[in-house]
Amino acid sequence: MTNGSPENTASLLVGKVRFHWKEEVIRIALFLCAILSVATTLSIVVVLATEAFTFFENVSLGEFLLGGRWTPLLVPRSFGVLPLVCGTLLIVAGAALIALPVGLATAVYLGEYAPDRVRSIVKPVLEVLAGIPTVVYGYFALTFVTPLIRSIFPSTQIFNAASASIVVSIMVLPMVASLCDDSLRAVPLSLRQGAYALGATSFEVTTRVVVPASLSGVVASFVLALSRAIGETMAVTLAAGATPRMTINPLESIQTMTAYIVQVSLGDTPAGSVEYQTIFAVAALLFTITLMMNVIAHRVLRRFREVYE
Amino acid sequence: MTPGNALRRHAIAKAFHFLCATVTWAGVALLGVLLFHVSYSGFMWLDGQFLSSFPSRFPEKAGLNSALWGTLWLITLTVAFSVPIGVAAAIYLEEYGGKGKLSRLIEVNIANLAGVPSIVYGILGLVVFVRFFGFGRSVLAGSLTMSLLILPVIIIASRESVRAVPGSIRQAAFALGATRWQVVRSHVLPSALPGILTGVILAMSRAIGETAPLIMIGALTYIAFVPNGPMDAFTALPIQIFNWASRPQQEFHQLAAAGIIVLLAVLLLMNAVAVFIRYRTEEGNK
Repeated sequence: MTNGSPENTASLLVGKVRFHWKEEVIRIALFLCAILSVATTLSIVVVLATEAFTFFENVSLGEFLLGGRWTPLLVPRSFGVLPLVCGTLLIVAGAALIALPVGLATAVYLGEYAPDRVRSIVKPVLEVLAGIPTVVYGYFALTFVTPLIRSIFPSTQIFNAASASIVVSIMVLPMVASLCDDSLRAVPLSLRQGAYALGATSFEVTTRVVVPASLSGVVASFVLALSRAIGETMAVTLAAGATPRMTINPLESIQTMTAYIVQVSLGDTPAGSVEYQTIFAVAALLFTITLMMNVIAHRVLRRFREVYE
Repeated sequence: MTPGNALRRHAIAKAFHFLCATVTWAGVALLGVLLFHVSYSGFMWLDGQFLSSFPSRFPEKAGLNSALWGTLWLITLTVAFSVPIGVAAAIYLEEYGGKGKLSRLIEVNIANLAGVPSIVYGILGLVVFVRFFGFGRSVLAGSLTMSLLILPVIIIASRESVRAVPGSIRQAAFALGATRWQVVRSHVLPSALPGILTGVILAMSRAIGETAPLIMIGALTYIAFVPNGPMDAFTALPIQIFNWASRPQQEFHQLAAAGIIVLLAVLLLMNAVAVFIRYRTEEGNK
């Protein structure tokens, strides 16, 4: 550092050889910051693997993955994770049913129909929706959506999968819409014009040309949204209940993988016990599922990206 | 093709247009419903007493004071940790990294990290920061966990902004004999700064709203004091909201709504700042 500040133009011209080591130090420091992300991933894997390993010394992997009863905090204990997986899938299926078509339709409207002025209103609104914290959606589900559902189906339980599903779908909707919008916009105008010139209607251009042409992007956005819905925590903790159950009735109370982890960490289960270790096993499963979906989505995006020139 | 057929096809197209538009505007309306519902429920609890009181069993005495200070501490430390590292990582990947295998690995890794559920970061923070490093359930452990969570967001936004700096600026500086770091420090970073700032603000608003990782590392809800240092226990806005919302009493639900109004006001303010910065830069570039 003896060579003066870089603002000093004169020293720039004279002392460039002796600057070299400083450049190297900076390069290495920047590199360490970049490699930190890899270290983060590795430590997630190591933490989950070692903690889950202690769990699987007590409970067999088969019992965990295939067992149909999840009562780790009650006697007799049972460690079958399927009810939690089932609950998660129920939420995700419901959210997908709403968010995927609506998100795609929004993207189509913004890309194919809406004038620029509408676009400039809707886009920021979607960004705001995407930025609302999940705990707010949980509150909304509990105090607005659930009473609404109960006024239609009075037998609905206070905590139910349906209201959680609905707010999770609102949460992932902006993500689907904006990712689909990006990939629809990548389809060149000439393809649309070609189809219109052949006499196709806007519906036909959209469903037979534009969406098929950007299918990989659309599918990838769906997968990313589903993975986000699987990992969603606060809304399902607040609204979906704490009853691990294998059901396909959305009006009943269920529990998801994430909500179970929160339940245990809020409770007074002693750290180190088998009951406590369950959260690491469940988290490992959650991490594996979401990671696989993310890797697949990014791969689809990269490998099957249609290149138009 | 009969004329009737053509009429039908155009009718379908019209209906499709109408459907897409309805669905989109329904999404916009939903935001309105949400905001109205929250403000309607929480409005009457929102006063000076609410902002200056500590949590309480009695709804009329309960307030957000410790949660506000906790969030302030948390965000300040999180920004202090994550912004320098995130920007440095982005600079490395864009300006130094090249197109080697390692850079590609880091890139894929960051994209995947951005999709890891936040609760998994909470577990990582619990095991590594709370237990292994022995930071306990402190502001420090919370902000380190939060930093890891928002790093991918900062890196991705900063990279885009650094990439958008025209190559001619770099070449001009190199031609004058500047070293790589001098080019980055004096030319690339200043040009990329508005974009980086926008990204940082968005990452901050993500961190302010995150609840699950803080619950995992054990941020408490009943904190009747303001944290004095990074090793103190803390609570945060979303944690307090979660706590109130999960109680059965109506009054606490209304308190939660009041808390949400405060939280959303903070977030909207930050978004407005981000939009303002973006607007200013676009004006400047014209």
